[in-house]
Amino acid sequence: MTTKFFGEPVRRREDARLIIGQGRYLDDIGSGAYAAAFVRSPYAHARVLDIDVSAAMDVEGLLAIYTYEDLTGPLAEPLPVLIPHPQLTAPRTGYPLVKDVAQHVGEPIVMVVATDRYIAEDAAGLIEVSYEELPVVVGVDAAEAAEHTVHDDVPDNIAARHHQETGDVEAALAASAHTLSFTQYFERSASMPMEGKGVHARWDDADSSLRVYSSTQASTSVRAAIAAKLELSMEKVEVIAPDVGGGFGVKIVHPWPEELLVPMAARRLGHEVKWTEDRREHFISSAHERQQRQEITVGYDDDGRITALDVLVWHDNGAYTPYGIIVPINTATQLCGPYDIPVYRARVNSVYTNTVIVTPYRGAGRPQGTFAMERTMDRIAQALGIDRALVRERNLIQPDQFPYDWGLTFQDGRPLIYDSGDYPAMMAKLKVLVDWDGFAERRAAAEARGKLLGIGMAPYVEGTGPGPYEGAHVQVLGSGKVLVSTGLTSQGQGHETVFAQLAAAELGVPMEDVVVTTGDTRRFGYAVGTFASRAAVVSGNAVALAARGVKEKALRIAAEVLEADPADLEIDEGLVQVKGTPGASIPLRTVAVLSNPLRYAFDEAARQATQFSGPGDDSKPPVAVGDAPGLEHTDYYSPLRSTFASGAHAVVVEIDPATWEIQIEQYAVVHDCGTIINPMIVEGQVHGGVAQGVGGALYERMAYDRDGQLTNASFMDFLMPYASEVPDVDIDHQSTPSPLNELGIKGAGEAGVIPGSAAIASAIEDAVGRRIAAMPISPTELYDLVRSDAERVTNSSPHDSGAMA
Amino acid sequence: MTEVRTERAISVVVNGVPREATVPVRWLLSDALRHEFGLTGTHVGCEHGVCGSCTVLVDGQPTRSCLVLAVQVDGREVTTVEGLSRSDHQGGQVLHPIQEAFRECHALQCGFCTPGFLTTIAAGLDARDPSVEITDEEVEELVGGNLCRCTGYANIKKACRHAAATMRDEAAR
Repeated sequence: MTTKFFGEPVRRREDARLIIGQGRYLDDIGSGAYAAAFVRSPYAHARVLDIDVSAAMDVEGLLAIYTYEDLTGPLAEPLPVLIPHPQLTAPRTGYPLVKDVAQHVGEPIVMVVATDRYIAEDAAGLIEVSYEELPVVVGVDAAEAAEHTVHDDVPDNIAARHHQETGDVEAALAASAHTLSFTQYFERSASMPMEGKGVHARWDDADSSLRVYSSTQASTSVRAAIAAKLELSMEKVEVIAPDVGGGFGVKIVHPWPEELLVPMAARRLGHEVKWTEDRREHFISSAHERQQRQEITVGYDDDGRITALDVLVWHDNGAYTPYGIIVPINTATQLCGPYDIPVYRARVNSVYTNTVIVTPYRGAGRPQGTFAMERTMDRIAQALGIDRALVRERNLIQPDQFPYDWGLTFQDGRPLIYDSGDYPAMMAKLKVLVDWDGFAERRAAAEARGKLLGIGMAPYVEGTGPGPYEGAHVQVLGSGKVLVSTGLTSQGQGHETVFAQLAAAELGVPMEDVVVTTGDTRRFGYAVGTFASRAAVVSGNAVALAARGVKEKALRIAAEVLEADPADLEIDEGLVQVKGTPGASIPLRTVAVLSNPLRYAFDEAARQATQFSGPGDDSKPPVAVGDAPGLEHTDYYSPLRSTFASGAHAVVVEIDPATWEIQIEQYAVVHDCGTIINPMIVEGQVHGGVAQGVGGALYERMAYDRDGQLTNASFMDFLMPYASEVPDVDIDHQSTPSPLNELGIKGAGEAGVIPGSAAIASAIEDAVGRRIAAMPISPTELYDLVRSDAERVTNSSPHDSGAMA
Repeated sequence: MTEVRTERAISVVVNGVPREATVPVRWLLSDALRHEFGLTGTHVGCEHGVCGSCTVLVDGQPTRSCLVLAVQVDGREVTTVEGLSRSDHQGGQVLHPIQEAFRECHALQCGFCTPGFLTTIAAGLDARDPSVEITDEEVEELVGGNLCRCTGYANIKKACRHAAATMRDEAAR
């Protein structure tokens, strides 16, 4: 393989159109489409008694109003439980439109279609729904208490009890020299992409077929869902993810009600229909993540080595469980991070509340797990008076312990076995990057300025690149253009660029000849989706395999023309040539023409492949038995197990004791995602992840009141970081290739967000000397905490001789 | 309902081209640009003026097009992301230095917020003396009003410095 493009910071192909306003996002499609709007429940828990549409009927431009009564066949059934699991004993999903009881504010009840969005909203506003309000369950504590229930037939509000263990944790705790028990909380945030969801559907009456554009992370599966729910044969449905304005997990859930209802309406009305989610809709009807209460008991020895860890998590899954228990599994199985913990037990109780569903948001359960583990490390260090870094180092899995088999089952249903890593080296790099050992001086200097400085760190391990598979198709055209397609989608990760890098490197062609298509079921029908930091690992390896298949065929055909052994041939800059023999060559595009024997010539190039164009071998058919015309190949990569990327963050915060404002002074990242295809893109992913980690630690919180109203459902009130809130990030790379795939790739998409809250909580605690047991934390909360009788903490670092009280 | 359907004719110079349209008076400028003039490069991220994705230039000033009615720009000049480049008088287009810089510095990922950043930053860079080196404070000011969920802003700030340097070099020539 030529390595000219692999590993280089190649500029992105996508950008040429995006910087001139020529991207094609969902709402840019279908300018003549009818517009849909929804009446959504204003109550968190209410029975729908009556829907009166009479006032809306006079609105000029109104085309249709649909309620649950209008749904037929499978559409009238509950939405699918996408990922069933034996421990998900009480799965519940909603209907595309509320049938009887609305379970959260924002659940869709009525769909209105009109000539434009303004008119659709006019009509929606005139529809009168009467409700009987029901008792509301908000928060894990209320769900656990089960004084009221979300679903009548789930009396304890528990959807799933996910339990995994590696040994007898109670015996191991009893045998431990020391134990500690504590409880902590983690709040809700959300993916919150700048582009909300959206669906455009066009029904072709003559062909009885449907084309759907959706701002999704999983177009092939949306297609299957639409076909099933609308009772269409698969070949009559095509789904395309156009340019997608960010996903971060929320768009992996499917089918969203609108993904079924918009196609339904397009088919019934015989006209294009489009729905573009507005920001309030996104807040109250798309997914959130992260709320948990964590009850932790740890056993450890005199040196701070963990002997047993027992974690009980109460996880808020919102009103329904369409995405199964993936987030609880991730918390349970990824919690231990880079540490060698001899006996571990995780019990996650996933509970219903009358709030928006909880499904993966970048990190997907791991930020919470890391928060549990890293706060545990800090507590052990404090209890023993040992440096926090040292306690961590003493517990690390060592390089000679890989593959490290946990004896647990990961979120892909496969064994949790760490493939590779070098955690001690990673921690050593981090300490240098943040100058951990030199912190005392910085703290003293800050104190002299009247500021409180604190430092914290948090490493993590992230299971990436789960299967079951992805595929790719690579085809060389007679023009020399190389078409690459893969079924998974893109939401800004630069797949058009990195897959072009891979194909160009494998095939030996210039990158500008490669055109990549993602997320279009017309081009590639088999795929899983873009989530869990898997695109580069799974589709990346599939693209490489497919390109290799094309190369093999190209060399075989060229060898006949050049009368050479295929083993003596190479492809460079799109030219197939005999190694070391200049002049003995044939362009790859000519090989593509010759690969398809023709009867008819339609241009100069095609003439070369026609039946009278040259002497053929009369003893063989034009296309050999077992061969196929064309220079193309389809291949799949199905990983044995997930890969495991790792990293470590350290953060220095400065707190003003007059205002309790929390400023991030330094943010340091060591990152190991195996072999890197494009370092520019990987660093971009880290930057973006860190920004979301900082947002989740200091600013973002879904504020539900006791009635289940989301009180901050706008960008005015839900505080996402602007540039002024995001620190500069110092990054150091480490590369421990995965032995599981030929390219050595691990995923990079989610890493940056995972340890943010853990590291920042540690740093704040270090600065103020008060226990931080809940995140996110605002200046007001910090002020209240410092003034309260909250537990005082002496942080156990070499610089902590005079921890402030 | 009659007032809802009231429409009004407007004349606007959009990206240097005089345009006439009859639009409902309640239409936002963002909707008129996208759905009447077909300029879908202006993106709508929140429709309440916070995220800045829909920022366009009205008479050269960065303006949230989701907070302005289309009828309010009657008789004025609007520049969208599609109008930031200029003709090279040989049939091609020359990108604004900030557009080039965004690509060069990997300042965009999903690209949805990008048009709002580009219009805002372009206006700011065009209004300053290019011969003076740009300060960190100026960069913070240029990027500080827009939300991006992908990049963490580091590369957007880098692109500002890159574009400012390009403009300084051009001015020195």
